[in-house]
This record gives sequence, C-alpha cells and structure tokens, in this order.
Amino acid sequence: MAALKRGPDRLADQSGSVGDKDEEYAIDAVHLTKKIGQRVAFDDLSFQVQYGEVFGFLGPNGAGKTTTVRTLGTLLAPTSGNAQVVGVDLNSHNSVEIRSKISIMPESPGLYNRLSVEENLECFADLYMLKDTKEKISNSLEAVNLTSRKNDLCGTLSKGLRQRVGLARALLNDPKLLFLDEPTSGLDPVAALEVHELIIKLKERGVTIFLTTHRLDEAEKLCDRVAILNTTLKMVGRTKDLEKEMFTKSLTVKTLNEIDSPSGIFDSVDGVTSWEKGSDGSFSLNVTSIESVAPNIARALVEAGCDVVFIGEAHHSLEDVYLEIVGTDGGGIK
Amino acid sequence: MKLHWRRIYAITKKELRDFRRNRFIVATMLMLPLIFVLIPLVGIFSVKGTVLTHLEQTKLGISLLYMLLVPTLVPAALSAYSIVGERDQGTLEPILITPIRRDEFLLGKALAAFMPTIAIAYFVYAIFLAATGLFGQSGVANVIFQSSRLIIQLLYTPLLAGWSIWACIAISSRSSDVRVAQQLSTLASLPPLVVVALFATNAITPTPVLALGFGAILFVINVLGWKLVSGIFNGEKMITGKNNT
Ligand SMILES: Nc1ncnc2c1ncn2[C@@H]1O[C@H](COP(=O)(O)OP(=O)(O)OP(=O)(O)O)[C@@H](O)[C@H]1O
Ligand SMILES: [Mg+2]
Repeated sequence: MAALKRGPDRLADQSGSVGDKDEEYAIDAVHLTKKIGQRVAFDDLSFQVQYGEVFGFLGPNGAGKTTTVRTLGTLLAPTSGNAQVVGVDLNSHNSVEIRSKISIMPESPGLYNRLSVEENLECFADLYMLKDTKEKISNSLEAVNLTSRKNDLCGTLSKGLRQRVGLARALLNDPKLLFLDEPTSGLDPVAALEVHELIIKLKERGVTIFLTTHRLDEAEKLCDRVAILNTTLKMVGRTKDLEKEMFTKSLTVKTLNEIDSPSGIFDSVDGVTSWEKGSDGSFSLNVTSIESVAPNIARALVEAGCDVVFIGEAHHSLEDVYLEIVGTDGGGIK
Repeated sequence: MKLHWRRIYAITKKELRDFRRNRFIVATMLMLPLIFVLIPLVGIFSVKGTVLTHLEQTKLGISLLYMLLVPTLVPAALSAYSIVGERDQGTLEPILITPIRRDEFLLGKALAAFMPTIAIAYFVYAIFLAATGLFGQSGVANVIFQSSRLIIQLLYTPLLAGWSIWACIAISSRSSDVRVAQQLSTLASLPPLVVVALFATNAITPTPVLALGFGAILFVINVLGWKLVSGIFNGEKMITGKNNT
C-alpha cells in the first residue's frame, strides 16, 4: 500500500473546481453542521459546487450524505453554519424560492401507489405550477424511457421502474440543481447504465448535479469532482487528481525469483524514500520521481542478477483513495 | 401571502383519487352512513302519535344526533391517516421539497377529507328527511322539520366535519404511529358533539339564535384550526422524528 499524504495537502483542492472561478456557486456551504437529536449527522462542511458540474458526494453508511441533501434542500434546518443554494441564502424565509429552483430525488422514490405514473407526475407538475403540463410530463417520461408505462399504477412497478418515476418527477421543473441520492442503488447493471447516460445528458444540458453514491466506479465515471464525507469532510477534489493528491508516487516491482537482499538494492538507489514487500512477492516503492528512479531500479536489479518481470507506476483508483480515507477513519462504523 | 389554489387542489385531487381506489376507505365510507341512517330511522318509526311526550322528543333528538356522527367520524378516519400515513409511505419528503407551503398542503388535505364527508352526510340526511316526510307520523315530522333542528343538521354537518378534520390532522402531524393517530383521532373528533347532544336531548333548548351562535363559534374554531395546525406542523420532525436542534 502506498503511503498516504497527510496534512494540509489533503484538503488542498477545497476551492479548486471546474470551469471559471468566482462565478456564483450552485452550492456554497460554510461550516455547515447538522445535529439530529444528540447525534451529529455532519459536521463543519465547507465546500462549493459550481454551476454545470457533476459533484459526487461519497461516504460510508451513516456518513451524513442524505442528511446533507435534506439540509441543502431546505427540508432540515442546519444546526449551525451557512449555505447558499442556487445563489439564495439557506433559511426558512427563502425555502420556497430555493425549492422551486432545485429538485431532489430521495433515496426511496416515494410514489403514490394507487395513482398511475402519469397521475403521480401530474400532481407534482401542479405543485410546481408548471405551464404546458402535458408536454413537461411527456418530456420527463421520455427522458427516463417510461412513456409506455405511463398508465400503470405505481404500485405495480418494479424497483428500478419506480426509481425512474422518481427521476422523471425530479426532472419536471427543469431544476438548475438536481440532487440525486443514490440514484442507482438496487438497479440492475443495464438500468444503472441508463441512469448514468441520463446524468450525462443532463450535464450536457447544463444541469448541476449533486450525486451521492456508494459506488466508486459511478463517481469516477460521472463526476467532475468528488467530496468524501464521513461526518466531516475528508477531502474534496477533481476526481482524476485525487489519486495524485492523495498518494506519493510509487513503483511496483516484480521479479521472477526472490530477491536475496532487497534492502541492498532499493536502498542504494537515489530517490527511493521507502519500500515494502507485498503479499504476492512484489515490492512497492515510494519514490520522488517515476521517470528518474525507474531506470535506475531496473539497472540495479539486473546488475544484482534478478529477472525483472515488471516495473511500473502503481495506479490508484478512486476506490484506493476512498478506502484509504474511510478505512483510516474506522470504516464508517461509528 | 397569497394562497395558490392550483397547489392546494393538486393535493386534494391526488388524495381523492387515492381514496377512490382504496377498497378499505370506500367500504368504510359506505358502511358507516348506512348504519347511521338505519338506527335513527328505526328510532323514528318507533315513535307513535301526533302529540309527542318529552321523552319521545328526546328520542328524536338523539336520532338526529346519530346522523351527525357521520360528519364527525368519517373525516376522523381519513384525516388521522393523512400526514403520518403519507410519511409512512415515504411520500411526505417528495411533497415537502416542492414549493408548496405548509398551509396549502394542509388545506388540500383537509378539503380532500371534507368533500366526500359532506356529500355522504347530506345524502344520508336527505334520505332521512324523505323517509320521515313520507312515512313518519305527523308529530314526528313536525319535530324533525323544526327550523332550529334543520339549521343544526345542515349547518353543523360541515362545521363538525371541519373540527374533526383539523383536530385529526393535528394529531396525524404529531404522531409517529398510524394506529395511535387513529385511536386518538376518534376521541378528538367528539367534543363539539357534546354541545350538540345537549341540544338534541333538550338539556339546552335549541333556539335558532343559540344554534346559529354555536355554529359561528365552530366556524371561527375551524379557521383558527387551519392556522394553528399549519403553525404546529413541523416537517423536520415528521421526517427525522426529532425536533430541530
Ligand atoms: N431521523 C434520525 N434520527 C436520528 N439520527 C439520524 C436520523 N437520520 C439520520 N440520523 C443519523 O445521522 C447520521 C447520518 O445519516 P444519513 O442518513 O445522512 O447517512 P447516509 O450517509 O445517507 O447513509 P446511507 O449511505 O446509509 O444512506 C447517521 O449516524 C444517522 O444514524
Ligand atoms: Mg443516505
């Protein structure tokens, strides 16, 4: 396992974001904290989400993701701290204004089972006081591929289809900012893929998306930036930069046969800061620079008579980043 | 602030659709009034003669009182479920994240319970009046068609329904359990009936002025009830089970 960078670096990209800076933010949270009863659901969150980006909100069970969504969505009042959502201050006086500009797809879609898909959407179209109700409803249904099921009672739909109705409902009011709370949980791979495609389409249309998920592949694929939460914010950054930010550079070295004296070889090469042997017999070396150290390692190994099978830069996925952060945090079991 | 009737009606409409397709609710709505029209009719036809004794008058009063149980109990059953039921089926959160205001939401809920109740209660009363007019003894008909009695039935039907609805929505929006809400609601719907019972039994003579006066009081209570329930409605508590800290 490569060494984890500690200290201020970890939150270095707090403000770094996609696109131009000092634009108004879709979400701007400052020291936001929420307690539910005696329990701290999330603590001291400060982060920004820019218009037009897909922002991933990752964290283990109980990390506070849903509570954050509910708080930013004006359902719960923050215990302390401030936030602006779509440029409006988050407080009880402004909640109607915020709610008309955003929408939330909750963890469970919450549909009226005795009403048809279309009747469910009709109710919400009226609540949003939409013009061209019929057209809006049929567009939403089309976006989630549900047009053929519009007359079915929601109570008869499968989980995945219900999820899609929830999504269609969240699209009705053309939100500027869309919160999706684990939109693909419980979906089969094809249905999940369809949701991913929809998210990409929405992003292309300029919708800002706040996506909470457990699925790191999903975050890696869809999100411009991610935040990792475990009651407090552990890190925020561009998805593709996280790995670089989190881990020191490291090399993986594999040889055909056992190295007699690894310390004799690795310690003699400049730029190797530390090394360790992995369970599969390979070695992981933390180095100052891949380009200058790798050739020297190769040479040293050959000179020592080793048959080199592989030397390469160790790659870390978002999963490594996540596990490193959440794992060192007690695995989310609090 | 201006009320948005489109939002209010959206709630009422989906609620009525939901009732119509709920076999349990439909059965209750049909059964209760049936019972409450049969019992008073039996009472009426057991009274004979043209000049009624005090006891017989009281008996008729109680028959009429029976019929006011319709606007009291029917909406109690519907409203007790209204908020806590919505929460249990997970639909409260999606509603509360739309721009609808709390008072609009609650008014929509109240109207949905009010409309079928009133339709059924007046229908039952119409049957009762028709049966009395056609087949009742003239002495009985005289009492039943007394103006103060008519006022009480016609006026109190919506007013008692209103009381019942607001009391039960209040309970529903403070309960964590549907069954508890249902039980408390039946109790909470009854208090104004006590006054009506005093009229019915002639413990207080129901002059038109007195009947209208008490009606006016009930009306004010209904309007205040809406405001009060909107005030105590706590979306955060409904969703998390905890007060805002
Ligand atoms: N209604 C509630 N009453 C008490 N505690 C709550 C309530 N809702 C949430 N919490 C607590 O707040 C913390 C955050 O919960 P939250 O639901 O926001 O987590 P989450 O990240 O969405 O988890 P999951 O991935 O399981 O959905 C948890 O410790 C949870 O137990
Ligand atoms: Mg959650």
